[in-house]
Amino acid sequence: MEEFVKVISQLASGFSVSLILFTITLITAIPLGLLISFCSMSKVTPIRIFTKVIVWILRGTPLMLQLFIIYYGPGLVGWFNWSSLNTGWTWFDKTFDPRFIASIIAFAINYAAYFSEIFRGGIQSITKGQTEAGQVLGMTKGQIFSKIVLLQVIKRIVPPMSNEIITLVKDTSLAKTVGVLELIFRAQDFLDDGIIWPFLCAGLFYLIFVGLLTIIFNKIEKKLSYFKA
Amino acid sequence: MAFLEIKNYNKKFGELKVLKGIDLSIEKGEVVSIIGSSGSGKTTLLRCINFLETPDVGEMILDGELLFSDLESKKYTEKILRNKRLNFGLVFQSFNLFPQYNVLKNLTLAPTLLIKTKAKKLKEQLKGQGKKFLEIKKEIKEYVNSERERIEKEALILLEKVDLTEKKNSYPCELSGGQQQRVAIARALALKPKILCFDEPTSALDPELTAEVLRVIKSLKEGDRTMIIVTHEMGFAKSVSDKVVFMSEGIIAEQGSPKKLFTNPKTEALKNFLANTGDKEGN
Ligand SMILES: Nc1ncnc2c1ncn2[C@@H]1O[C@H](COP(=O)(O)OP(=O)(O)OP(=O)(O)O)[C@@H](O)[C@H]1O
Ligand SMILES: [Mg+2]
Repeated sequence: MEEFVKVISQLASGFSVSLILFTITLITAIPLGLLISFCSMSKVTPIRIFTKVIVWILRGTPLMLQLFIIYYGPGLVGWFNWSSLNTGWTWFDKTFDPRFIASIIAFAINYAAYFSEIFRGGIQSITKGQTEAGQVLGMTKGQIFSKIVLLQVIKRIVPPMSNEIITLVKDTSLAKTVGVLELIFRAQDFLDDGIIWPFLCAGLFYLIFVGLLTIIFNKIEKKLSYFKA
Repeated sequence: MAFLEIKNYNKKFGELKVLKGIDLSIEKGEVVSIIGSSGSGKTTLLRCINFLETPDVGEMILDGELLFSDLESKKYTEKILRNKRLNFGLVFQSFNLFPQYNVLKNLTLAPTLLIKTKAKKLKEQLKGQGKKFLEIKKEIKEYVNSERERIEKEALILLEKVDLTEKKNSYPCELSGGQQQRVAIARALALKPKILCFDEPTSALDPELTAEVLRVIKSLKEGDRTMIIVTHEMGFAKSVSDKVVFMSEGIIAEQGSPKKLFTNPKTEALKNFLANTGDKEGN
């Protein structure tokens, strides 16, 4: 029993790290992704091509590789070492671990690239006819985007976004490779004591969280099902 | 001078010359049908009239006002274009209703947004007069509310006109194509355009649904509305138009009363065109 409580509390602490990583990635990658999607639709050809190359690299190489480059890269070129960095930033009683910061940066950039493609697809799939209908009715560009296009885009991107976001939940475990004390890392601790079942427990943590997200996304989809776009 | 005067409209897409000097004048209250084979530039002309495309060369005068001139067109900002567009209404072949709004909101959205813009201007004005913040707020609120009421009342009248009062709370996906197109017509009318344009309003409809849309357009003619209708429905063009314009390869090859054009075509192009569409003429 004592062992069980110990395992669960350690896993919970690991999961809270995973959860924060997930949340911060999400709230930074969405606006960043929107920005990238606008750049990838830019009328200025150099901006468009540059953005597309960046997105291609970010989507075309493993997230783990990107994480390594961001974490070890600055040290390799003699710029600075993440591990010796003291951020001085605190979160309640904890100091922000530089490994954690490096992970957030890697995750946010990588996911922004994925999100940007979803946004671009969503925006471009709204027919020109909708924009033109707004134009002939004297609406401004801003009004056309916010009053006509936006909700239709949201409706279209909910399914692919929910896929991507669920993948992100599980991808947070990659942060383990640079030493972030996330859920899997914490479960692995017990291997030294010859206990394997914490891994199954960790799996359960992911499952429950993904289940909750699925319910939320289904609710959103249902809420938007009153119209066809 | 006629109500609408289009002079020497030219439009190229890349190397492709689509409009090659269109001259067209329309009187107030006149209904003009534009016919012509596919690719002759009918849609492009309507889009140029509605400021969705910018002609390379030409001039347009509406009600004595120079609305378009190739000399100035480079200086047209978004805002200027928006105001110019409001002179016209355009009904699309594919309806283009806003799917996330119900029928009534489809009609009231654009007029309400215009009122909001006007309210902002009014606010600045009142501020300039040195009025107190609360007073201004109250005045603006009263203005917006009374305008909203007016817009909704007018929208309901329009819905009655197109016979869709009982559908005012439905969403576009719950309507038939014919009903959607009638909503689109009412939506265009809600902004009180001086000229209403239609681009093949029945082409996307099943044959049994075209009649209800054509009936609505005919009823507008009785209301003395100036209209430009691009159509493939020769029978309809014949019965509704005061003037028929035949376009061929980017020019107006022939124009005149429906009787003159349909019974006594002069150009080979029109003769061929009518012979090819002859099977549709019966309906
Ligand atoms: N945005 C554009 N870019 C390039 N070419 C275009 C564009 N719009 C139209 N065109 C070309 O211009 C020509 C005239 O097109 P338009 O749509 O005006 O013809 P239309 O008379 O309306 O034909 P339809 O009866 O098929 O609707 C066509 O050859 C078309 O391919
Ligand atoms: Mg056309």
